[in-house]
Amino acid sequence: MRVLRWTIPFGIFVVLVAFLWVGLSRDPREVPSPLIGKPAPTFRLSKLQAPGETLSPADLKGSVWLLNVWASWCVSCRVEHPLLVQLAQENVVPVYGLDYKDKPDDGRAWLAQHGNPYTASIVDRDGRVGIDYGVYGVPETFVIDKMGVIRYKQIGPLTDEALQDKILPLVRQLQQ
Amino acid sequence: MIPELGHFALILALLVAIVQSTLPLAGAALGAPRLMALARPAARAQFFLVVVAFACLAIAFASNDFSVQNVAANSNSQLPLHYRIAATWGSHEGSLLLWTLMLAGWTCAVTLFSRHLPPAFLARVISVMGLVSVGFLLFLLFTSDPFDRLVPPAPEGRDLNPLLQDPGMVIHPPMLYMGYVGFSVAFAFAIAALLGGRLDATWARWSRPWTTVAWSFLTIGIALGSGWAYYTLGWGGWWFWDPVENASFMPWLTGTALIHSLAVTEKRGAFKSWTVLLAIVAFSLSLLGTFLVRSGVLTSVHAFATDPARGVFILTFLALVVGGSLALFAYRASKVGLGGVFGVVSRESALLANNILLIVAMASVLLGTLYPLFLDALNLGKISVGPPYFDAVFYPLLAPAVFLMGIGPMARWSHASLPSLWTRLRWAFAVAVVAALVLPFTLGHWSPLIAAGLFLALWIATSSIVNLRDRLANSHRTGPLDKLAANSPSYYGMLLAHLGVAVFIVGVTLVKGYEIEQDVVLETGQNVTVGGYEFRFLGVRPGPGPNYRAVTGTVEVRRDGRLLETLHPEKRIFNASGQAMTIAAIDVGVLGDRYVSLGEPLVNDDLNGAWAVRVYLKPFIDWIWGGAFLMALGGLVAVSDRRYRLAVRRKAAPMLAASGAAASAD
Repeated sequence: MRVLRWTIPFGIFVVLVAFLWVGLSRDPREVPSPLIGKPAPTFRLSKLQAPGETLSPADLKGSVWLLNVWASWCVSCRVEHPLLVQLAQENVVPVYGLDYKDKPDDGRAWLAQHGNPYTASIVDRDGRVGIDYGVYGVPETFVIDKMGVIRYKQIGPLTDEALQDKILPLVRQLQQ
Repeated sequence: MIPELGHFALILALLVAIVQSTLPLAGAALGAPRLMALARPAARAQFFLVVVAFACLAIAFASNDFSVQNVAANSNSQLPLHYRIAATWGSHEGSLLLWTLMLAGWTCAVTLFSRHLPPAFLARVISVMGLVSVGFLLFLLFTSDPFDRLVPPAPEGRDLNPLLQDPGMVIHPPMLYMGYVGFSVAFAFAIAALLGGRLDATWARWSRPWTTVAWSFLTIGIALGSGWAYYTLGWGGWWFWDPVENASFMPWLTGTALIHSLAVTEKRGAFKSWTVLLAIVAFSLSLLGTFLVRSGVLTSVHAFATDPARGVFILTFLALVVGGSLALFAYRASKVGLGGVFGVVSRESALLANNILLIVAMASVLLGTLYPLFLDALNLGKISVGPPYFDAVFYPLLAPAVFLMGIGPMARWSHASLPSLWTRLRWAFAVAVVAALVLPFTLGHWSPLIAAGLFLALWIATSSIVNLRDRLANSHRTGPLDKLAANSPSYYGMLLAHLGVAVFIVGVTLVKGYEIEQDVVLETGQNVTVGGYEFRFLGVRPGPGPNYRAVTGTVEVRRDGRLLETLHPEKRIFNASGQAMTIAAIDVGVLGDRYVSLGEPLVNDDLNGAWAVRVYLKPFIDWIWGGAFLMALGGLVAVSDRRYRLAVRRKAAPMLAASGAAASAD
């Protein structure tokens, strides 16, 4: 037992390394959303570009779509925007925008300036729909399947990696 | 061409490091002097090669060579020259190269100041440091090559992170790394002693100056980082318990414990295995800090580019170095024995208690830092641990350690008597208590925490005065100057460092107790009065900078209608990255700072309208850094002690022949 005492620091260190090892494979920025696997919260909001028309998740049943939360005041949205424009040109999956806590005029001007990748954008002026969707910060992107169930949520700007490795494979799988 | 030269120098450095880490070690085991003699020249050659590599990278940065990926990602042609050079260590790759450079530099320093060391011991020390160096060079060459080319070259660089474009940030990393890496010397001495099976007072005397110097650098490095956070993050905080800050603070706490425990081992031969363990832990925490910062396992405001492959490498390296050392410790330490005996009331006991408190405090910081990771690894959810945890755990642990700082230096070695301690210290104690109870009333409002903080600071000061007075009174010399000179520099260094702690505590206590923070919206010409000072906002004007556009505000500070200072807080938008940075304007004063920083304009892009302005009064905040610098200064004064050099001179004569031979072998 007396000899064992000297191995205590070593033992503690082994446990520490085991935890660090597991920690390496985790992404501390990945926050799990309780909404995954649940039906997308419903709403009916008017479209940004055509204020007379409205849109609801129910209208999109039967197709796989992305919901991208953006705003004209959001700086990181500019980072991901070129990816969305490119995605729209490839015509793989329709992207709907949720213009979050934004003035419609500003939103329209922003799209005119940076390009409009959205099949349609809807206006969430007071951010109420954002609350239903558990929006932490803009931008966020949801993948919603044919049954209207949220299958994936990206917090923060889309990256090429996230798009190619996670979102697009998932979309293709869901589209089948 | 120059980047290739740098890359080649790194490869050569790796080869030399392999030689340095194996042959002298084998020589020490076999008793072969010629193999052991390789240690010095190999260490110096490795240092030279790493300097060449570092210079090549600096040249690539200075000359805007955007065909080097590292330069293209972290510099920009508009960046002023001094920041281009500082950008050499602004990136992940560059900062690792700096780490390696420091390590090679410390090893080289060991070869220069080691005439008095037995050859086998020196060979082991240099080999151990070489082993660490091999790990870092492999890491550089295989996962983080700073010289990677970019094909085709970028027309322009992406710019250095604006937060790093600051004089404080230019010197903060080198200082911090000097400290971090400096603990590798104490570590190598400990491993060498374990390998050789000789753990005695001489070993502790050899380690002490190295440890103290490294600790002093680390202290300055941490203080610079904290000062930088204060004036550039724009919210006036000076410590955030951020994982990266904690990563530097844990080696500091352990290093502080190590300095004190080394003193006991040197003077009394006690705590031997504990001291060795501390030396191993201090450096292990430096490595762990590097892992935490570079692997991305924790989220932090220091969002460095991270990469899991690098994480795997550092973790493996960490496991080998630390695991190997602790295994060696487990194998050998049981044979070392515990060393001298001492009474319950004695300086040893006080220092032991101080050590335990410091290490428990370190463990609590470690736990808080890694707790989110533990929970996540066990699938128990995602949480973050913030200042409430650290404040609640840390201060109660450190308060008794600080209290002991008053008693420890007064207590005799081996056996002290409580009644005599009380007789000598009662006036110091009484003065500290009364002053701590009364002072808060004169400063503003009274609160128990402020009184407690002031008591600790005053207690250190008064007990130090008593200590010095007793020393002088008991001196056999005549004349006050003679009496002062009779004490060793290490004694004055200790007093100075302890006073530094007192000054630091005054700063922390008063800024926490009396700071006033107001976020206000001001139109041009409007006033706000905060704590008796009147701040008049005179609007902003835009202006160009070398590589940014700035908006500079003008704020006049008045007291009783008299103009004290005109402050110019700034917001900078960097051209290359579009990132914004806040430069607070601070009217610095010994009794407190007046701190103004610009928020945002109330209406976007309307520069001439109202602005959100933060106006803070930070009483005594500069004492925090002043205290830190006093501590570091104390460390440096202590190292100047003749005792360490006497040991050199005494052994110098017989060693001269040997070192002459080594010099000709160079």
